[in-house]
Amino acid sequence: MTAATAATTAVIAQRRRLRPRRIALYAFLSAMAVVWLFPLVWGIYTALRPFSDTQARGYISTPGTLNFDNFTDAWNGGEFSLHYLSTLIVAIPAVILTLIIASMVAFAVSRFSWRFNLVTLLVFTAGNLLPAQVIIVPLYKLYTALHGIPPPLSDNDLLYNQYFGLILINVVFQTGFCVFVLSNYMKTLSKELTEAALMDGASVLRIWAAVIMPLCRPALAALATLEFTFIYNDFFWGLMLIKDGDRRPITSALNNLQGQFFTDTNLLAAGALLAAIPTILVFIALQKHFVSGLSLGSTKG
Amino acid sequence: MADRVTEKIAPAAAGNAGGTGATAVTGRIRRRYSLLTRRDKAVLALMVGIPLFFDIALIWGPTVVSFFLSFTNWNGIGSPFDAKVIGLKNYENLFTAYPFFWPALQHNIIWLGWLMFIATPLGMFLAVLLDREIRGTRFYQTVFYLPVVLSLAVIGIIWKLQYAPEQGFINNLIGRTANDNLIDWYGNPDLNLWAALIATSWRHVGYIMVLYLAGLKAFDPALREAAKVDGASERQTFFRVVFPVMMPINVVVVVITTIEALRAFDIAYIINRGKNGLELLSTLITNNAISESNRLGFGSAIAVVLLVISLVPIVAFLTRMLRGEQA
Repeated sequence: MTAATAATTAVIAQRRRLRPRRIALYAFLSAMAVVWLFPLVWGIYTALRPFSDTQARGYISTPGTLNFDNFTDAWNGGEFSLHYLSTLIVAIPAVILTLIIASMVAFAVSRFSWRFNLVTLLVFTAGNLLPAQVIIVPLYKLYTALHGIPPPLSDNDLLYNQYFGLILINVVFQTGFCVFVLSNYMKTLSKELTEAALMDGASVLRIWAAVIMPLCRPALAALATLEFTFIYNDFFWGLMLIKDGDRRPITSALNNLQGQFFTDTNLLAAGALLAAIPTILVFIALQKHFVSGLSLGSTKG
Repeated sequence: MADRVTEKIAPAAAGNAGGTGATAVTGRIRRRYSLLTRRDKAVLALMVGIPLFFDIALIWGPTVVSFFLSFTNWNGIGSPFDAKVIGLKNYENLFTAYPFFWPALQHNIIWLGWLMFIATPLGMFLAVLLDREIRGTRFYQTVFYLPVVLSLAVIGIIWKLQYAPEQGFINNLIGRTANDNLIDWYGNPDLNLWAALIATSWRHVGYIMVLYLAGLKAFDPALREAAKVDGASERQTFFRVVFPVMMPINVVVVVITTIEALRAFDIAYIINRGKNGLELLSTLITNNAISESNRLGFGSAIAVVLLVISLVPIVAFLTRMLRGEQA
């Protein structure tokens, strides 16, 4: 009792002493927040001003006119509808496949014990940590030389320059991360769940679908959010493995857009923002999932 | 592959018995496995076998092939088996004659040093500040990790709006937009690495903050209170109590920072394709073997150097994982 009172007084005393430090803290955080928001706010401001307006008044000035012309020009000039479509064609199946496959692997290695459990887990996790550039040389040759990929998946017999090829490498690369997160998550679920279901004669596939998957819903939601942004933000695979400029997903297409818009910073600003908007919207709508996905990857269970 | 996995499932009891050694335990587990039908075992084998096949075919296979290619002069035409084995020539050339190797390695090291000693500590510091009871903490958190959802390619362009010589914010602010005095932040080889690092940090700081904040949230507040009652200052509490307890997260943060530094590619490529002051090991690989010339053997040698360096953080991470597994 007395210890508790002493503690409370100590805390109160400390709070009082901290007043000026508290003000410094808020000042520091607010200054940092302004610095952090500035590049984005500046981008929006620049994008909303016609090029002629900034040429006449200078970049640091009050606006004469503000409109969305740069956005429509960037949209049309950069063929954004094509690139957004490519992104969706790649990202949506890739996210779904990654989650299904990773949850199966995680289920098999975390709910059942067999000799290569740990090795499997290590192979997947380590694969995800490798820099992509380490494997690009043979992978590029494989994509350009392996023939016999049938028509619905490929229109040139190859994996190269195909949505399917891009989905494949994204799925394979991202599966590692998801296996790691999901197996940690599944280990926290009670072992008896699987055993009881097996006793009742349920098949392994049914246990995965009807028992484990529903229980993993929070982790799956977090990973779906995270993986969508990861795959949406992929620059490297799309750049290396897709040849046709208009087939590239939006993030990889930025490389060409930049060259195309380089004389007009305002147009470039609008283009960059158009490419950034979908992930920003996902972030605003699903911030909780996004953050918990990142945290799941770093803290166990 | 799948068949072999099936065989291994049957005598699997050993794995879970994990050292307890009692026959009773083994018996229980064996019974549990007898619950699995042949079909179940086949399904499990496929669940692991198929993804494992693709993981090996598209990630580990190419890693091994890179290693072998690095000893050849393959130019990508014809079969790699016809390529001439030239021993360590590629490496010799890389270390002694190729003018961009040492600068690229130096840039990767600077990249790592900057992230490790400036951006990462700043992210951790913000996490510690925001972990307390602060009005508007949600707002600050949202602001700091907003850039985390953006790709580094977009970030390179958004920062170009700050750095552009004539139309960018910085030069307009300091009045250096005239032809005779303008500063070309992305173009000048003495400046562009630092400009890219600042832009990268905009994202990295928020990323580390999220990770560290998650760790701090899980931290037992009673420990902090105890330290406070014992008269420890906030600084002492952090360095003597919180930081040591957070060791597992600290390891993750260090590993992630290292891997991010070795993976750096997108932002350098979007700025100038990773040249003229912005050479990195990653951009040298693609420029030599894919984008500009087809010296696949030589590009592979650079890839092997990057691989060997990357193994350090990867092994550190896996070791930690294994330790957690055994605990």
